[in-house]
Amino acid sequence: MTDTERQHHLDLRETVDATAAAAGATAALPPDNPLHAGGETRSQWRDVWRQFRSHKGAMVALVLFVLTILFVLVGPYIWTIDPTYVDIRARNSGFSAAHPLGTDQLGRDMLARLMAGGRVSIAVGLTAMIIAISLGSLIGVTSGYFRRLDAPLMRMTELFLALPLLPLLLLMVTLFREPLSQSFGPAMGTFILIVSAIGATSWMQAARIVRGDVLGLKEREFILAAKSIGTPAHRMILRHVLPNVLSPIMVAATLGIATAIITESALSFLGLGFPPDFPTWGRLLYDAVDQMIQYPSRVILPGLFISLTVLCVNYIGDGLRDAMDPRIRGR
Amino acid sequence: MLTFTIRRLLLAIPTLLFISLVIFLLLEASPGDPLGDVPLTVPPEVKERMREALGLGSPWYVRYVLWLKQFFWVEPLYWFDHVFGTQFSAGMQRIISFQSRSPVFDVIAQRVPQTLTVVGFSYLVGVLIALPIGIISAYKQYSWFDQLGTFVSMIGFSMPTFFTGVVLIIIFGVKLQWFPSVYDTTLVVRDWDSFWAQVRQMVMPVTVLALYNAAQISRFMRASMLDNLGQDYVRTARAKGLSERTVVLKHVLRNSLIPVITVIALGLPAVFGGAIITEQVFKVNGLGQLLITAIHGNDIPMVLTLTFIFAILIVLFTLIADILYGILDPRIRYD
Repeated sequence: MTDTERQHHLDLRETVDATAAAAGATAALPPDNPLHAGGETRSQWRDVWRQFRSHKGAMVALVLFVLTILFVLVGPYIWTIDPTYVDIRARNSGFSAAHPLGTDQLGRDMLARLMAGGRVSIAVGLTAMIIAISLGSLIGVTSGYFRRLDAPLMRMTELFLALPLLPLLLLMVTLFREPLSQSFGPAMGTFILIVSAIGATSWMQAARIVRGDVLGLKEREFILAAKSIGTPAHRMILRHVLPNVLSPIMVAATLGIATAIITESALSFLGLGFPPDFPTWGRLLYDAVDQMIQYPSRVILPGLFISLTVLCVNYIGDGLRDAMDPRIRGR
Repeated sequence: MLTFTIRRLLLAIPTLLFISLVIFLLLEASPGDPLGDVPLTVPPEVKERMREALGLGSPWYVRYVLWLKQFFWVEPLYWFDHVFGTQFSAGMQRIISFQSRSPVFDVIAQRVPQTLTVVGFSYLVGVLIALPIGIISAYKQYSWFDQLGTFVSMIGFSMPTFFTGVVLIIIFGVKLQWFPSVYDTTLVVRDWDSFWAQVRQMVMPVTVLALYNAAQISRFMRASMLDNLGQDYVRTARAKGLSERTVVLKHVLRNSLIPVITVIALGLPAVFGGAIITEQVFKVNGLGQLLITAIHGNDIPMVLTLTFIFAILIVLFTLIADILYGILDPRIRYD
């Protein structure tokens, strides 16, 4: 047996197992009046949401994550101090009414900087995740759906998995920061660079998961039915394949946000991220490390925000995974 | 099994060649100039000769093949000579760092022990913590221990090492003054005092890395134990009247360890990469710190060689994980 055949066989068996397990749960007799089963109309997403709500950790995490997003998005309209405004006379001030979270060594307001930093950090996380997931789903679906492209695309994925990612990211950022900053401005250039670098190095897991699921889907009857009425390949993928692999993609996307935020902060922490007047949480932490003995709160606050956001996103991902697994749902 | 190993080893060669080419071309495409720090008063023809001396005169493919030859032929020969006292590599040019003008591998050999003691030890500690936690969490699923364990591992997994490291430094290094916050690599262990100093300075970096690794591995261990605890053979073992201890620690544990061991093997090279940050936090001058200084100094041979070594480690440990899986689980047949 060749590798692909073996993989194919394994994937097929997994699907069969999954369908068989799901069938077992619904083996009970259908209700007498199937139209009003459960008393309300049920859709897949409503079921997912109901299951998600029963996961306490994920619900708490969702609330905290929404609060964090409100903090960074709406916060600057309420707390209107400019995060880059230098008030040298108020520098290094502690917690006070004028500056609830104190100021840094140049007298810039920490609360405003945390809000501005969070915007960038979360924006980087979301954008990098979107790039990684689109790339991963594209490669996963093509390699799962078109048999001829499977082997070369999977070889490429394995090659990418063998790359030492953090060193390469460091390298890419150092090498291309200057030219991109010149053409797009320092902030936008770094943003494009970091987002595309993270996106281009983190699509592999998603591609593998999606490919496995697509391989399993291809053996199902509805695909055969769609094929037999002459559905062209692009509509096959958009109408029949993609909606059915949406749940693993969504879980991978959620976890991808967490990885992207951590990677960006790590780059900033190594001094290879955004310029200092364009703060992110990682950059704020990095800037404060020099004075961590006198002003530990400046290190701890951005660090707490990073950890809290990542923790929330991971919990949401966990909850989503449980909610979307038809074997667990309804139990 | 043997044919599989040989086939995978052969397949690793083009993979590694491709990766080295990618890294090389990335460095080649970079606008950075290793002579960027040379004063402007140096005349252009002198600069040109300096360029020649650094080996930058020839086109990129010549330099790439030359580097490959140095990496795969000259360096092994040199170390062979070093061990057996032969003279095969006499007169051959080794890979030279732009920054220190000394052979790249000598510098790496100086740095490896620091990285290995801190990173290797922390991985060991992490595994030793993670396995029991994973086992107990799965066996007592939904108990308070499980809830706590899952929560703590989720936190350990989500807190970046640069944050935990800095917090530990603030608490134990600055406020309590228990441990030194900077890792002193010049310390030589000679007697009990220096041994104690070494232990004290290793506590914090090892804790940070161990916590992070333990968080990941315990999650895998728990999931794998849960998978196995529900299997039919467990019920059979209990029905035979085997003690609970034998059932869990012999039957279930052995089967659940199979995927976990491969995860541990797969995680090792990533630890070397991830240690870059921890080394930066605690100022350990290991491989990670070497890479960062080399990147900042445009030291192309050093960056190329180090990144490639990381790639070799990844390919090697992936192979080891696959082979281990085949050895440990007789149901897996690769041929």
